[in-house]
Amino acid sequence: MDRFLFLSVDGLSRGAVYAAFALALVLIWRGTRIVNFAQGVMAVATAYLAYSVAGATGSYWTGFVAALLGGLVLGAVVERVVMRRVEQAPPLNAVIVALGLVLIGQGVLGMIYGNQFLPFPAPFSRAAMTVAGVPLVSRYDLFVFGTVLTLMLALAVLFTRTATGLRMRAAAFAPQVSRLLGVNVGGMLTLGWALAALVGALAGMLVIPTGLGLHPTAMDLVFVSAFTAAVVGGLDSPVGAVVGGLVVGLVLSYVGGYLGSSTTPLAVLALLVVVLLVRPSGLFSGAQTRRV
Amino acid sequence: MRHWTLLRHLGATALAAAVLLGVTSVLDPFRDYQLATAAAYLCAAAGLTVLTGLNGQLSLGHGALMAVGAYTVALVQNGFGAHDVGTQWTVPVSLAAGVGAAAASGAVIGVAAARLRGPYLAGLTLVVAVAVPALTTVFGGVFHGDQGLSVYLPPTPAALGEDFPIERWQAWLALCAALLTLLLLANLIRSRFGRTLRAVRDDEVAARLAGIPVARTQVLAFVVSAACAGLGGGMFAVLAQSVSPGAFALTLSLNLLLAVVVGGLGSLAGAVWGSLLLVLLPYLTDTLTSSLALSPALTQRLAGNLPLAVFGLLLVIVMIAAPGGIQGLLNRAGRWARGRRHNRPVRRVDPSAHDAESPPPVATHT
Repeated sequence: MDRFLFLSVDGLSRGAVYAAFALALVLIWRGTRIVNFAQGVMAVATAYLAYSVAGATGSYWTGFVAALLGGLVLGAVVERVVMRRVEQAPPLNAVIVALGLVLIGQGVLGMIYGNQFLPFPAPFSRAAMTVAGVPLVSRYDLFVFGTVLTLMLALAVLFTRTATGLRMRAAAFAPQVSRLLGVNVGGMLTLGWALAALVGALAGMLVIPTGLGLHPTAMDLVFVSAFTAAVVGGLDSPVGAVVGGLVVGLVLSYVGGYLGSSTTPLAVLALLVVVLLVRPSGLFSGAQTRRV
Repeated sequence: MRHWTLLRHLGATALAAAVLLGVTSVLDPFRDYQLATAAAYLCAAAGLTVLTGLNGQLSLGHGALMAVGAYTVALVQNGFGAHDVGTQWTVPVSLAAGVGAAAASGAVIGVAAARLRGPYLAGLTLVVAVAVPALTTVFGGVFHGDQGLSVYLPPTPAALGEDFPIERWQAWLALCAALLTLLLLANLIRSRFGRTLRAVRDDEVAARLAGIPVARTQVLAFVVSAACAGLGGGMFAVLAQSVSPGAFALTLSLNLLLAVVVGGLGSLAGAVWGSLLLVLLPYLTDTLTSSLALSPALTQRLAGNLPLAVFGLLLVIVMIAAPGGIQGLLNRAGRWARGRRHNRPVRRVDPSAHDAESPPPVATHT
């Protein structure tokens, strides 16, 4: 029972990160109908930036802020320079371009930092604190929950309570009409990508300390888990992405805890196949789209 | 008309085989091995270009399907080795087993994929590419985890002489596999099934109205493509004489995609260019970095990573600037040259004035 509780908390902590990462995918999908397959490597790039900045200044938190700002800039640059040119093309092209970015990112990061795992410590202790005699939750888990919760509240406020958020939603929902009404649709798309990359960078900063360390492919498994989470939630629904993230985190934690950690990729595959075969539109898709 | 196509393809294959036989016998063993590697890539890339280029299904899982083929070949070959069966026929038999295993896995993925489109399909196959190497650790008793398996290979036939290099023998095997794949796929593309593939890619609704079973076509395309990937993976096992999960990581799938996209999506000739590129480009960058006399640490970081970055850059640039790839550019250049030759006696034509699609411009001087 203790182990079950521990795995549940661990799963929720992982799930919170997957939720944030899935949210980044959903942000871009709603705006441009592109699944950003380069999200993982973009997050790794910002984590490497944090590594360098933290190493130079000696402070984890300057590195943390540098990663978030780096994500913001990286997302905007990727959208402006590359993705804008394939937004009107067939969906296959955007996927292929994003995969090209994955190769570029892994190659460039490997050239700069090498292909060994770099140590990437957590800012708080990861040892579980004992609650009523049961080792339950670590300070780091609390930090993850707090950060992700803050992030989600901030995004919710941005999208539902501010004029910019309204413009972003309008630009995604009806680009032509929005343009006629004076919304800078292109700018909103860039902002959406920048925000998504920021969210991805944050998720990367939270998840990399729990893994083997910093490596150009460190986010591959996180990416596929978050993609699964987004598909569970329906790709279109931010709430779905959060719930999907928590579900995927719990499932992976139980499977990894009881069957061995090497089985987690297979669990992701099984979960994704089941969801896609049983309910391809996801559990939380609002409008039923009919495929003709 | 159909047997004319078949005859033409058979003739082209025989010609290519003759030329390659000559080429392999003048190359040194290292080049022969490079050629063999390109041929092994070509088996898988040709299959992928049929699936992605002609049927419109993007697969990022072909590296995993190659792993299925490679591990099957390794297990069957080692089975032969354990029972002291050392004839040359073991290699084709185990390759056939690898093709069968990959085709069966492809059928499973294909059934799931037939209901999926665009990014969903890409995502599912991406997860396959990440998850399949994990199987080697989960079933470590059979696959020996990260260490992998070594592959028993019978010695080169004695008839070829004592000092016949093993690399040349491997090149012959791989080139046979590649030419066979190309021959079969070229006929398949020209057949009724090939037209069905394109019809499904271009417009599913119209294809269904024309009585084409869309889902079945998509699953079949996946099976054919997976069989080719299995053959390519099996050849990898024969060439390296070992298999390990590290050789079949996600990067391999992305490299295959790169080969078919940069070569030219949907064209078998494009798959040939792409496969050559996959072998030549890392070699060229390695030669370049070693000629620059950099520090050993820097050289080590550049090795493997520089080609990766160049590959990615190529992929992005080709997709944005020239979606037809190398073969598309060659076709355009060929049409341009032909147009020029026809026009030259009559009038002078500004080469920039006509596009591949537009008819040759009328006379500009009056």
